[in-house]
Amino acid sequence: MTNNTFEPTIIGFTCNWCSYRAADLAGTSRMKYAPNVRLIRMMCSGRLDPTFVLRALSGGADGVMITGCHPGECHYIEQNYKALRRFLLLRRVLTGLGIEPERVKLVWASAAEGARFASETTMFVEEIRKLGPLNWGKSSDQSTDNWSPITDNSPKEALA
Amino acid sequence: MSEKIGVYVCHCGTNIAGTVDVKGVAEWAAEHLKHRGVVIGREYKFMCSSLGQELVEKDIKELGLTRVIVAACSPHLHEKTFRTACKNAGLNPYLCEMVSIREQVSWVHTDKVAATEKSKAAISGGVERVIHNEPLEPIQVPIHADTLVVGGGIAGIQAALEIADAGYHVCLVEREPSIGGHMAQFDKTFPTLDCAACILTPKMVEIGSHPNITLLTWSEVEKVDGYVGNFKATIRKKASYVNTDTCTGCGICWEKCPKKVVDDVYEAGLGIRKAIYRPFAQAVPKYPVMDVENCTYFKNGKCKACQLFCPTEPNSINFEQKDEILEIQAGNIILATGYDLFDAKRIPQYGYGKLPNVFTSLEFERMCNAAGPTEGRVVLRDMKTAPKSVVIVHCVGSRDENYNKYCSSICCMQSLKFAHLVMERTGAEVYNCYIDIRTPSKDYEEFYKRVLEEGGHFIRGKVAEVTDSARLPEEEGKLIVQVEDTLIGKQRRIPVDMVILSAGIEPRHDAKEVGKLFGIACGASGWYTEKHPKLDPVATMTEGIYIAGCVQGPKDIPASVAQGAAAAARVLGKIQQGVIALEPIKASINETQCSGCRICNGLCPFNAIAFIEDDKVSSINPALCQGCGTCVAACPAGAISGTGFSDQQIIAQIDGLLLKNLEEPVAA
Repeated sequence: MTNNTFEPTIIGFTCNWCSYRAADLAGTSRMKYAPNVRLIRMMCSGRLDPTFVLRALSGGADGVMITGCHPGECHYIEQNYKALRRFLLLRRVLTGLGIEPERVKLVWASAAEGARFASETTMFVEEIRKLGPLNWGKSSDQSTDNWSPITDNSPKEALA
Repeated sequence: MSEKIGVYVCHCGTNIAGTVDVKGVAEWAAEHLKHRGVVIGREYKFMCSSLGQELVEKDIKELGLTRVIVAACSPHLHEKTFRTACKNAGLNPYLCEMVSIREQVSWVHTDKVAATEKSKAAISGGVERVIHNEPLEPIQVPIHADTLVVGGGIAGIQAALEIADAGYHVCLVEREPSIGGHMAQFDKTFPTLDCAACILTPKMVEIGSHPNITLLTWSEVEKVDGYVGNFKATIRKKASYVNTDTCTGCGICWEKCPKKVVDDVYEAGLGIRKAIYRPFAQAVPKYPVMDVENCTYFKNGKCKACQLFCPTEPNSINFEQKDEILEIQAGNIILATGYDLFDAKRIPQYGYGKLPNVFTSLEFERMCNAAGPTEGRVVLRDMKTAPKSVVIVHCVGSRDENYNKYCSSICCMQSLKFAHLVMERTGAEVYNCYIDIRTPSKDYEEFYKRVLEEGGHFIRGKVAEVTDSARLPEEEGKLIVQVEDTLIGKQRRIPVDMVILSAGIEPRHDAKEVGKLFGIACGASGWYTEKHPKLDPVATMTEGIYIAGCVQGPKDIPASVAQGAAAAARVLGKIQQGVIALEPIKASINETQCSGCRICNGLCPFNAIAFIEDDKVSSINPALCQGCGTCVAACPAGAISGTGFSDQQIIAQIDGLLLKNLEEPVAA
């Protein structure tokens, strides 16, 4: 599967208080990292609904990076531990679905750790590059052109 | 599609435009996201300028935009700017989203094509997300007019006085028995050589007698609840075993106390105090405290000399006193908890703790102080011999990869002050071993010149070792300082009587735990992180919590005072506003969808979710909800929604980022 020209697409879920600011700091400090990760800001890693990850992977992402405050440093006291629990469970679900659990990564990065954010991102891109494209959602039975935008009334079950 | 979305892409001069094809991105958005409601895609040199903002406002009015996307810097920088612009044009500010293509794209990537493509995807994600944004109103909360100041050093004192003088109540909490902090330990202050006590003690007295200040010494904050405007702090006032209502501070108790204890805090280990003590004569408040660990009565049940000799009626010594738990309401909190001195024992080759005549900077400060253990005489550890030669080692524990990488900023001036004082008081030869001399503030360079003219020797080189093993006859009985003089390129061995280690300063040993208590973060070096390193140096990421003095980073007295006053000004501004607008990011439960499973109840760390027995559903108290969204993610029925970060918004953004929304989907 390894392909040198393969550029993975990765969705990153970042905590507003730590890792999103770490990304800001990496920017302010002009640290360079791989351009493959597209970030979504959330108030807390605890906001991460595991179905978001499945939505991203089934929608064409090759990997998902979840970033939160270091254990014990959560802006909301302890919600990053809940993210950790969901992350561990999610990896088992992915294994059951036949997807390499390494496609989802959890990174702790504080607001001061711009360098860590940058290096972890680049490292993850390389890991996904080694795994190759996921191609979920691009198979014949589930063509991308029947995509329909979600509406505010979309039932929750349909979201995943 | 009923929405009309405007997309604005900022050049930020060349900050963005240097790496991203801004024009191409704006045109792409207008063309390829047209079917998603984008009616206009513009680019502008500086979107945050007034002309850039006017562009948005004009389009909202003329094109009837219902949603706005600004692709520029981080939302942490300019979200407010653009939301305000939207508001000015009559659009609900929460219908505007920012997409970060500077911090997250142009500044961190070098490949122009990849950066441009990533910008397009980010905008696509933003457009999909903003479609689901709802108009929101900020939550207005009243601000409690009281302020809690933690730490009674010079920064905390200044902050407390500024606020109290303006007519508002302040509660000042100090861990030690007296306020004054490190400054109270010093003798002279650079560069003017003012006597530290002469300028500090009047302020301390003012704190003690101010009608608007409640002073809680020998006390610690144990818990902080609430949020900006409405903090509730739980404070433990430790038992001092002295009844302050009747105590006059006469001092008979500590005169009579038979137990002598080495004073590691105030006297830096150089002097002694008693088991019942007041750290220094000008202490505020004037009442002593009992050191239970060393008190003979508490150890073996006998003594009570202090109680026996206490002349007050009724007796002021109360061995039954218990810790008090107080609850304080405050609208804002200023943290000014200061620093710890670098422990010079961590550098064993400098010999501190093994070689008696190696002193730390704080020991030397106490020695110089007329009220200190030597009454101001500069002497060796035998407490009588004056040194004939002294080496002052700069940068001890600072600018050192093995200890602290940062410059402690005060040590150069402190060392120059020491050099002056040694020469003035003993006439000894003084050698300063430095890496660089840094004297950037007002009148500092002049002070350096003065010490040079007074005959101080300066050796540019980092000291390798301080030893007492002599190689030459003239080194016998001396401390030998081994240093490379980098200006002449030679190794030198300087035999001297005394070595002063100009130790750097470090974050408090418990800074991290204290930070957690108040909900603020430490940076890589352990100092508290300010909201913005240049533009907002005393605010923190947590609304209503301010920092002043060395908690934010190493600084000298003038800078600490300036920050104390600045933090006070910020707090006064908030109090004057009366109310504060909070982000309306809250979770709420749709009761018709709630199955009453109660999974969410235990997930909330703020106890904001309660189960209503009668209706068999859960309900969220918006005043307690902090908006983390954990319950939203956990609800198996999808009954909880989070404003600002709803499932729809996030899922739409995922699809947008993956460019699923394009009419001809590209391979992502």
